[in-house]
Amino acid sequence: MSTKEAKNKATKTAAKTPSKMTGAEIVIKALIDQGVEVIFGYPGGAVLPIYDEIFKNSDKIKHVLVRQEGGALHAAEGYARSTGKVGCALVTSGPGATNAVTGLTDALLDSIPLICITGQVPTFLIGTDAFQEADTTGITRPCTKHNYLIKNADEVAETMHEAFHVARSGRPGPVIIDIPKDIQFAKGTYAPAKPVAQQSYRPKTEPNMAAIEAAVELMAQAKRPVFYTGGGVINAGPEASKLLRELAELTGFPVTSTLMGLGAFPAKDKKWLGMLGMHGTFEANWAMHDCDVMINIGARFDDRVTGRTDKFSPHSYKIHVDIDSSSINKNIPIDIPIVADAGLALKAMIDVWKARGYSADKPALTKWWDQIEGWRAKNCLAYKKDSKIIKPQYALERLRDKMAADPRDGYITTEVGQHQMWAAQFLPFNEPNRWMTSGGLGTMGYGLPAAIGTQIAHPEALVVDIAGEASILMNIQEMSCAVQYKTPVKIFILNNQWMGMVRQWQELLHGERYSNSYTESLPDFVKLAEAYGGVGLRATCVDELDGVIDEMLATDKVTIVDVLVDQKENCFPMIPSGKAHNEMILSPDAAAFDKSLV
Amino acid sequence: MTATAKREKKNKSVYGDGPKEIAIETHTLVVMVQNEPGVLARVIGLFTGRGYNIESLTVAETNHEENTSRITIVCSGTPAVIEQIKAQLEQLIPVKRVRDLTVFGPHIERELALIKVAGTGEKRIEALRLADVFRAKPVDSTLESFIFEITGTTEKVDAFIDLMKPLGLVDVSRTGVAAISRGATTHDDK
Repeated sequence: MSTKEAKNKATKTAAKTPSKMTGAEIVIKALIDQGVEVIFGYPGGAVLPIYDEIFKNSDKIKHVLVRQEGGALHAAEGYARSTGKVGCALVTSGPGATNAVTGLTDALLDSIPLICITGQVPTFLIGTDAFQEADTTGITRPCTKHNYLIKNADEVAETMHEAFHVARSGRPGPVIIDIPKDIQFAKGTYAPAKPVAQQSYRPKTEPNMAAIEAAVELMAQAKRPVFYTGGGVINAGPEASKLLRELAELTGFPVTSTLMGLGAFPAKDKKWLGMLGMHGTFEANWAMHDCDVMINIGARFDDRVTGRTDKFSPHSYKIHVDIDSSSINKNIPIDIPIVADAGLALKAMIDVWKARGYSADKPALTKWWDQIEGWRAKNCLAYKKDSKIIKPQYALERLRDKMAADPRDGYITTEVGQHQMWAAQFLPFNEPNRWMTSGGLGTMGYGLPAAIGTQIAHPEALVVDIAGEASILMNIQEMSCAVQYKTPVKIFILNNQWMGMVRQWQELLHGERYSNSYTESLPDFVKLAEAYGGVGLRATCVDELDGVIDEMLATDKVTIVDVLVDQKENCFPMIPSGKAHNEMILSPDAAAFDKSLV
Repeated sequence: MTATAKREKKNKSVYGDGPKEIAIETHTLVVMVQNEPGVLARVIGLFTGRGYNIESLTVAETNHEENTSRITIVCSGTPAVIEQIKAQLEQLIPVKRVRDLTVFGPHIERELALIKVAGTGEKRIEALRLADVFRAKPVDSTLESFIFEITGTTEKVDAFIDLMKPLGLVDVSRTGVAAISRGATTHDDK
C-alpha cells in the first residue's frame, strides 16, 4: 500500500468512525451506554485515567467513594440485589484487586450480577513484579463467572459490553475487567453493544415443554406437594415472584424458601411455611422430609438446606428448575430436570395447568395441610421472654412491628451469624429484592456496605442493617462512606459480646470450650457512631427498646443502635450438620443435643 | 470388618461420611473452545478446583478462521462426577461445545509417543525388531541409540514402552489422546 492510499484509507475510516477515544473514555462511555448510574470504588495509581474521566462525567455517573475496596464490592452487591440491575465497582491494581476477591466470591456464590473494573500495571510491565502488580485474572478465575484482561484499546468497548451481557444473563455472576494503565491512555475505537443474538454466550432460558408437561402432571397427582424456591426466582425479576404467587394460588400447595429466596413469596400468605434448612422452621423442614412431590424453583440443594443428603426427602419425586445445568444432579438426584429461567418455567407451568384443566387432589391436600398445621402448632420459633433482659428475638419482633407501621418501603441487610438467622426467621418479607444477605459465602462485614448500596439505589427507603457486634467491626470503616453520602442507613446491632454462632457451636458441639469467641474491648458503639458523624443509641433493657427504635426511625442520619441482648441465647430450631430434616432440634430439646458429635 | 464399616465407626465428624465408593468410569471428552489467552487455565482450574481427575489432555487450534481450539480430555470419575464435569465445562464462557465421545458411540483414539532407547549389540537389534512389529518408526539414530515414533491407542503405546524397558528405555514423550468419532457424522451432530 502506498503512502497516499494509506492516507486515503485513514481519512475514510476517520469519516466513518467519528474519532478515536482513549481507553478510559471508552470505559466510561460503555458504562453510560449500559445504563450505569452509580459506581462504587476507590482510586489508585493504575486506574487514575478512568478516575479522570469520572471527574469529567460526574453529571452522568455518580461515583461513591468507599473506605476499603471490599466495601465497594458489597455495596455494589446491595445495589444489584435491591434493584435487579448490574452492580458496578472500580478498584486499582494489586491490593485493590485482592481486596475485591471476597466480594467477588460472595457474588459468585449468591449469583449476583457485578462488573468490577480493576486497573492493572502497563502491559509492558506485566510479569515483572511491578509496583502494585497482581495476577488479577489468575487470582479471580475461580471466583468470578468470567474475567478479561484487555491488551488492546480497540477491544475495550466490545469487552465492556460483553462483560455486562455475561454478568446479567443466564445464572448472573461477577465479571472482572482488568485494564492495564497504558490501554487506558491508548486510543481506540468505540463500538456500541452487539445485540444479544450476536453474542457467543447465549444460555438457555426457555424450558423444555415435554419436561414442563411431565412436571405439571406430577404436580396434579401430588398428595403431599411442596414448593421449594430460591434466589433464582428473585434473579428472574419481579414478574417471576408474581408468577410464583399465581401458581401457588392455583394449586394451593405450601411454599418454603431458602435464605436467598425470601420475599419471592409473601410471608403474610397462609401457604408460607417459613424458611427451610439448618435454622429453618419445623414445618418447612418436615414438609420437605415427608413430601411426595418437591418442586424446586431456582434453588441449588445447598448443604445448609439438605442436611444429610442420603436421608434428604427420601420419598419424593423431585422437579428441579434451574438456569444453571450444572446445579442439576449436583448434590441431589433429580427426577424431572428443567433447565430454564425461573420466570419462564413458572409461566409455562401455569399455562399447562390451566390448559389441561388440572386441579389439585383436594382431599389429599386437605390431609397434608392438617399435618402441616400440626407441625406449625409446635411454634418452633418460640423463645422464653424476659421482662428485663432483651432477647434478640424480641428486639427483632419490636423492630418488625415498628417497621410495619412506618410508611417507608423497608429494606433489610444483614451481617453473618445468629442475628442473620434470627432476622430471616422473625422479619417478614412480602416483596422480592427487600432482603440482602450473604448466603453462600457467609461473609461477615457484608451488611453495612450492602446497606449503603441499597440506600443509594433507594434514597427514600428505610434501610436497616441487622448486625452483630463482631460482624459490624469487619467493615465499620464504611460508616465514613455512609456519612459522606448522607445515606441514612440504620445499623441495628444485636450485641451479645460473643461471636454468637461460633459460641453456639462451641457450646453444643465442642464441650463448652469457648475458644476465642468472646470479644473483649469492644468499642463504645454510641461514641463510635458519633465519632463518624452519625447518631448513636443504646438499649440496655426491655423498657428502653421501643423508645430507641422510635428514635432510630425518626432520625435522618446514619444511626448505630447498640442493643444489648441476652448473651447466652441460642438460635433454634437447628438441624446439626450431617443430620436429616426430621432430626432437627427445637429449643427446649437443646439439653438433649447429641454432644458426642464432635 | 470391612473398610467402609471401619471408617463409619471412626468418623465422628458432624459432616458425616463422604460418598460411598461407586464404580469409576473413564470418559473421553471433546471440548471445543474459543482460542483465547487463559482458556486452558480455565479448563484445568475447573478440574483442580472441583477435585476432578484428568488422565490426559491434548489441545491445539483446529480452525484458524473461527479461532477454535479442540481439547481432548480423558477423565475418570463416578457417572455422577462425569456428568458434573460436562455440565461445569459447559458453564465456562469460552467453551462452545462439550461432547462425550464415550457416550456418543464408536470413535478412534490415538496417541503419539517418542521413545528413546539406548543400547548396543543384541538388545539394539531386538529393539529395532520389536519396533517393526509395532510399526514404530525410527526417527533418529546414533550407534548406541534409537528414537522411535509410535502412534496408536494408549494401550498399544503402553505395551511398546513396557517392551522397551529391558532393552534400554531412556526417555518417553507422549502427546496424550486425540479422539474423533467414526463415520460421516461429527460430534456436532447430536
